[in-house]
Amino acid sequence: MAKQQPRVDAVIVGLGWTGSIMGMELTDAGLNVLALERGEDRTNEDLAYPKPADELQYGIRHTMMQKPKQAAVTIRRDLDERALPQRKLGAFLPGNGVGGAGAHWTGVLIRPTPTDLQLKTFADQAFGKGVLQDDMQIQDFGVSWDELEPHFTFFEKVCGQSGTTGNLNGQIQEGGDPFEGPRSEPYPLPALQDTQNTEMFEKAAKQLGYHPFPNPSANVSRAWTNPYGMQLGPCNYCGFCSRYGCLNYSKASPQTCILNALKQRSNFDYRTNANVTRVELAADGKTATGVTYVDNDGEEVFQPADMVILASYALNNVRLMLNSGIGQPYDPVARTGTVGRNYSYQVGGGIHCYFDDIEFNPFATAGATGKMFNDFSPGNFDSAQYGFIGGAKMHSSQASGTPIKTPLPKDAPSWGQGYKDALQKHYGHHMKLSMTGSVMSYRSNMLDLDPTWKDPYGMPLLRMTFDWKRNEHRLSAFMRDRLREIADVLQPDYRDESFNLEGSHFKVTSYVSTHNVGGAVMGTDPSTSAINRYLQSWDVHNVFVPGGNAFPQNFQSNPTDLIGALTYWSAKKIREEYLQNPGPLMSRA
Amino acid sequence: MASQPDNASRRAFLRNSFMMIPAVSIAGGVSLTAEADEPAPNLSEYQPAFFNDEEWSFLLAACDRLIPGEAAGKGPGALDTNVPIFIDRQMDSPYGHADRWYMEGPFVLDGSPDLGFQYPYTPRDVYQKGIAMTQAYCQQQHGQRFEQLDGDTQDTVLQALEANEVDFASFGETQKLEASEFFSSLLANTKEGYLADPIHGGNKHMASWKMVGFPGARASYRDWVDQHNVEYPLGPVSLTGERG
Ligand SMILES: Cc1cc2nc3c(=O)[nH]c(=O)nc-3n(C[C@H](O)[C@H](O)[C@H](O)COP(=O)(O)OP(=O)(O)OC[C@H]3O[C@@H](n4cnc5c(N)ncnc54)[C@H](O)[C@@H]3O)c2cc1C
Ligand code: SF4
Repeated sequence: MAKQQPRVDAVIVGLGWTGSIMGMELTDAGLNVLALERGEDRTNEDLAYPKPADELQYGIRHTMMQKPKQAAVTIRRDLDERALPQRKLGAFLPGNGVGGAGAHWTGVLIRPTPTDLQLKTFADQAFGKGVLQDDMQIQDFGVSWDELEPHFTFFEKVCGQSGTTGNLNGQIQEGGDPFEGPRSEPYPLPALQDTQNTEMFEKAAKQLGYHPFPNPSANVSRAWTNPYGMQLGPCNYCGFCSRYGCLNYSKASPQTCILNALKQRSNFDYRTNANVTRVELAADGKTATGVTYVDNDGEEVFQPADMVILASYALNNVRLMLNSGIGQPYDPVARTGTVGRNYSYQVGGGIHCYFDDIEFNPFATAGATGKMFNDFSPGNFDSAQYGFIGGAKMHSSQASGTPIKTPLPKDAPSWGQGYKDALQKHYGHHMKLSMTGSVMSYRSNMLDLDPTWKDPYGMPLLRMTFDWKRNEHRLSAFMRDRLREIADVLQPDYRDESFNLEGSHFKVTSYVSTHNVGGAVMGTDPSTSAINRYLQSWDVHNVFVPGGNAFPQNFQSNPTDLIGALTYWSAKKIREEYLQNPGPLMSRA
Repeated sequence: MASQPDNASRRAFLRNSFMMIPAVSIAGGVSLTAEADEPAPNLSEYQPAFFNDEEWSFLLAACDRLIPGEAAGKGPGALDTNVPIFIDRQMDSPYGHADRWYMEGPFVLDGSPDLGFQYPYTPRDVYQKGIAMTQAYCQQQHGQRFEQLDGDTQDTVLQALEANEVDFASFGETQKLEASEFFSSLLANTKEGYLADPIHGGNKHMASWKMVGFPGARASYRDWVDQHNVEYPLGPVSLTGERG
């Protein structure tokens, strides 16, 4: 018999961004809320200077991240390949411990566009029959720009978003992104400082007729007090940002923006080293009764709760649904079921440019430092003629300048005297031109439970089936050509490039991004979405699933602004409607 | 309804922490571990904790070829910067024991390399097996141990490992550990030891950082970030407050 804890009104699985937001909202509504976090506690004091300034520990050994030992993912590229466990981290780095990945993210806080939210509608209008792959399964999000706009605005205030406004209530503003959806309020704070690479990129992009603007940032440019009374200090461009905890109270994170306020509420509590293995369902399978977790002593504990919030990151949320029997697992052959359907990602590529005589001082940088343009996001250019849908943000970012990870020209020797010479010659003389591209959803890009491998608690691992498809190859080739034109303007002394072109497959060994999305997508049709447009399970009405899992396909922007906004959107509905009258918020018909 | 939290004590803390200028506070003696306060050891006097004498001789010789020292050109080498000490210490860290990795079987060894590391081996195992088989190969090819070969011959051995031209199976390997896997671990760890903070045992006196112009753990550049295309004037500091 598992140990049993006293009942709570709501239990939150995972205390990263979405868990912290839900904690704030549900305690505001007067509920008794308990968060269960599988990792260690982690306070701002744990991130005090100089501790984070350690590339080996955090940048290379992934000390703050998910341990494959605890929760590995098995991966294959198509339905016929044998999936193998990702034994050490590589392509993506999910978070672990209080704050989740939000404690060590980069902090590019950018909205998708209104078109991104209604991509299927856009595709039906802009693409003739047969242009797109027939195994594509793209969908609208089921929530509109106008519905989400107030929640973007609020989350951006929570984070002290820094940047340059491009579209204020429909009025285009100088220096911002003219392609952004209309904002109801300007950015809370001005943009971060330029660096050498952003200055060069901006100039070249403008010369080619594009519309560059500063990367929207959650590394704050000025002192900021957020709506919860939490204070952030101006970023000091410490250069240890992406993959690191912030040593200066300057990066928006669950810690700096929410948790210190939340922890002081008497109706909030949290337990660490509490690894939730499954959601328990009532006999009829229609409601959850709580969750089972394994505590620090390896003991199973049942935590009864009236509501369960899965806030454990997109991949873990899907796995918990599958391991708990919430919803019908997706079958890619029969095309039935929804849990695991439409897993998606982002596609990267770029050109490394080396300039012998230019000092970039890449160590003096914020995580989000960069300039980008959105001229190539969907609807802003005619991609149908190139046979692909989607888009890319084109940018020169400089997330850190730490030496172990510094790139060197491809033809430089990788060891011996030549390596040392190359390191000396090129360190600090490099900038990158990048594209971050959307990835569509497809019949066979999906998540399910692995038939072979299990975690230490005996639960099956998540199995990921994912590969780049023709659409992403074509998109990459198109964006490569545009980036080459920028490189031609810049005229580096040396350049090399890498893109996911035709014939290239997903590799798990080197970092791509921690922008894993989909798998339990939101929508208005229960036959193609696992959760409704309020992030409520269609099948088990007291389970809500905020996270990137809700994206029916991915767009070109970083995901967390939308993840935060969707979480507030869901919380609003819970507070205004669900708590008064618990039950399905949308009917299945 | 919960009331708004009281943030007064936090504010007081913040007022202080925003004033902090890292380089100054380091000089005040921030220390993360006791051992790191001791001066960096001399490589020649160091007693490895993990590697045995024979393995250690190999490691010293291999590191010296991977990042050669002053004699071979400007800038310090792996031996000048205590890289072998770094690697020895890593073997006793969570990394050496693969503490964070998923190490449950079955181990499928014939999958695509794009699906990543699949060996039933920790980094400690990879070093012990890799060194032993490389030595066996050197004996077979040259009748000498690796460290007894001249520099050019050592390089050809390393090249053969890198290109996966040494057949570890023929030296008794049963789990398909490949020479190139051993080589790439050795090379990656060598570079880490060369370029990581000295707190981990390598990068003695931050010599590699001085060579490339990386200011180490200074981590505070608000006054510098708008100085474009100007060489940064200050030397590095380390996590334990050493200045260079
Ligand atoms: C290096 C890096 C850089 C990034 N940069 C950006 C960026 O610039 N812009 C952007 O928009 N996004 C970025 N991201 C992504 C961003 O961090 C995530 O989108 C965001 O944190 C997702 O919030 P979440 O609440 O879904 O998950 P998280 O914040 O990761 O929180 C999930 C929490 O759940 C816990 N958990 C998981 N499983 C269980 C379980 N079974 N039981 C109990 N607890 C569990 C985890 O330990 C974790 O603490 C980055 C991520 C990384 C790793
Ligand atoms: S760059 Fe700025 S926001 Fe990022 S960790 Fe450093 S001080 Fe914090």
